Amino acid sequence: MIGQTLHDLWLGFGVALEPHNLLWSFVGVLLGNLIGVLPGMGALSAISILLPLTYTMHLIPAILMLAGIFYGSQYGGAIGAILLNLPCHPSHAVTCIDGYKLTKAGKGGTALGITMLASFFAASVGIIVMIVASPLLVKIAFDFGPAEIFAIMLLGLLCGATMSRGSKLKGLAMTGLGLLIGCVGTDVNSGTARYTFGFVELSDKVELVALALGLFGVAEFLRNVNQFAEIGKMAKVRFRDMRPSASEIKQALPAILRGTFIGTLFGALPGTGPTITTFVALALESKIGKNRKKIGTGIVEGVASPEAASHSKTQVDFIPTMSLGIPGDPVMALLLGALMIQGVQPGPQLVNMHADLFWGLIASFWVGNVILILLNVPLIGVWVKLLRIPYQYLYPTALFFISIGVYSTNNSLFEVGEVLVFGVMGAIFAFFEFPVAPILLGYVLGPMVEENFRRSLMLSNGNFNIFYEHPIALSFLGVCGFLVCVQLISTFISYARRGARQQNASA
Amino acid sequence: MSLPTTLRRVVKRDIGGGLLVLVIGTAAAVTAENYTIGSVQNMGAGFFPFSIGVFLAIVGFLIAIVGLIKNETQPASVASEWRGWACIAIGIASFVVLGQYGGLVPATFSVVFISALGDRRNTVISAAALAAVAVVIAGVIFWWALKIPFPLFHWGVA
Repeated sequence: MIGQTLHDLWLGFGVALEPHNLLWSFVGVLLGNLIGVLPGMGALSAISILLPLTYTMHLIPAILMLAGIFYGSQYGGAIGAILLNLPCHPSHAVTCIDGYKLTKAGKGGTALGITMLASFFAASVGIIVMIVASPLLVKIAFDFGPAEIFAIMLLGLLCGATMSRGSKLKGLAMTGLGLLIGCVGTDVNSGTARYTFGFVELSDKVELVALALGLFGVAEFLRNVNQFAEIGKMAKVRFRDMRPSASEIKQALPAILRGTFIGTLFGALPGTGPTITTFVALALESKIGKNRKKIGTGIVEGVASPEAASHSKTQVDFIPTMSLGIPGDPVMALLLGALMIQGVQPGPQLVNMHADLFWGLIASFWVGNVILILLNVPLIGVWVKLLRIPYQYLYPTALFFISIGVYSTNNSLFEVGEVLVFGVMGAIFAFFEFPVAPILLGYVLGPMVEENFRRSLMLSNGNFNIFYEHPIALSFLGVCGFLVCVQLISTFISYARRGARQQNASA
Repeated sequence: MSLPTTLRRVVKRDIGGGLLVLVIGTAAAVTAENYTIGSVQNMGAGFFPFSIGVFLAIVGFLIAIVGLIKNETQPASVASEWRGWACIAIGIASFVVLGQYGGLVPATFSVVFISALGDRRNTVISAAALAAVAVVIAGVIFWWALKIPFPLFHWGVA
């Protein structure tokens, strides 16, 4: 079987390296990268803008180009997240936490270099897993019913809520708020419009891009306006800081490995997007990493682990997307749409019926990632220059990019208004020292949590035993319970210690 | 019995934030009662939002309580900056309004111009110059090259 796979892969490389296919791959990566770097423009907007271009193209170049746009803009988005704290693709939200701190410390170039290494490594592992294990992963994915998906999402929510520094209660509150925002719109089961406040535009849910850019972009500008002159000025960016040193690579390596592992694991599960994956990866890093105490203060692990996770996840994610027709996140859904426009029906038959497409795509991932590295090694210096732009010019321009980026996602001015609302909301909660990242996590997972919770209880006639009777679901719920207990105990211990110290001090 | 100012502000923050979450949760739960809540066997549209609302209310209450009993000292992190805040908010709002009644060019100009005025180092001239550059970018990259459906000038309901 492996022999057959290798043979197919060889054919795939043949397809991907055909000059005109290679050319379109390159065009896709380049355009994706350039658009992704623009603040406010992520993979979602890049693909939606360029999608019409592919209508007239042949199937294989079209898909290769879209895939190129996808990982090009994904990497471009990481640049915006790290250098400007603007996560255009929500999976970069956690990268912002440490990445932007690194930038503020003058190590933005290092963070970019680590990101590049991490993503290339993770993508390669993801591709290998995809090749070797696709049949197996598809089989596991079939075993996942609503109860299992609900349990794993609950775990993701808990991880995300308790990952942030500071008060865990505040993290929980923000996760809950995100779940609530996820409820806005038309209820899938009954068609009831919830929390739409009479706006027709809201019946189709809050726009993800608007939420992310509001919470991270606009809120950040609201907090920083008139606070400092230049992002890079806080520490000088020197030329030799741009490439990560050997010791930094060594420091990041275990995090990359762990992130890749998490990403690969989650990749096979349909319905779990890269956002939850990055949250879990960073949460894991802040629990078992060597520098776990320093996560969130600006260390390379905080960039390496989530980026590795999202890239390996993204690669492996193509398995459920292509072979089951279940997209993991909105970007995958768009790619799925592109396939259908081209007349290809995703599903178990795809691998057999369009072998050239499937294996060509896999091979082009590798080719595309190599192009991405070749393109970005010389460009890191250019990106870092972004930071030298005085803040007084940077933020108004970025606000324009945000406005037009959000507009172009669905051609809706209403969603630009959403950005403003979420920006103000994010700034208010940041003022009260709440972490805002869990809002995004809650929003992304909310609808899926609700749907799977409702579906599993519908299946069991309201009997909660369904969660005990499914071993996979039960074990995930067990981990949830364990996490809560650990949290409670450690809080209790720290309170007890503090109490003892205060008594000692007063004695 | 008076607390130092910074201390008092931190205490207020936890209480304020907790109460805010409490209010949001309560409002959400009350609103959710208008949708069908249903039962565990047959959940209605309101079941999940109602539970979240109750959960938020409880967590908000707990945060406020912790804020009351905790006495940590931490100085306030952000100074008030009404000019910057107002300019950014009005700038984005103007993009929405002028995007509808004006087109891409006026909308772009006003979002950059107004929000740039929020920074004290910007003058009317430098803000206008920056806005003009943004208009060129909007025209060349977004309207001409990427062809987003947003007319440069137009009036009324699109």
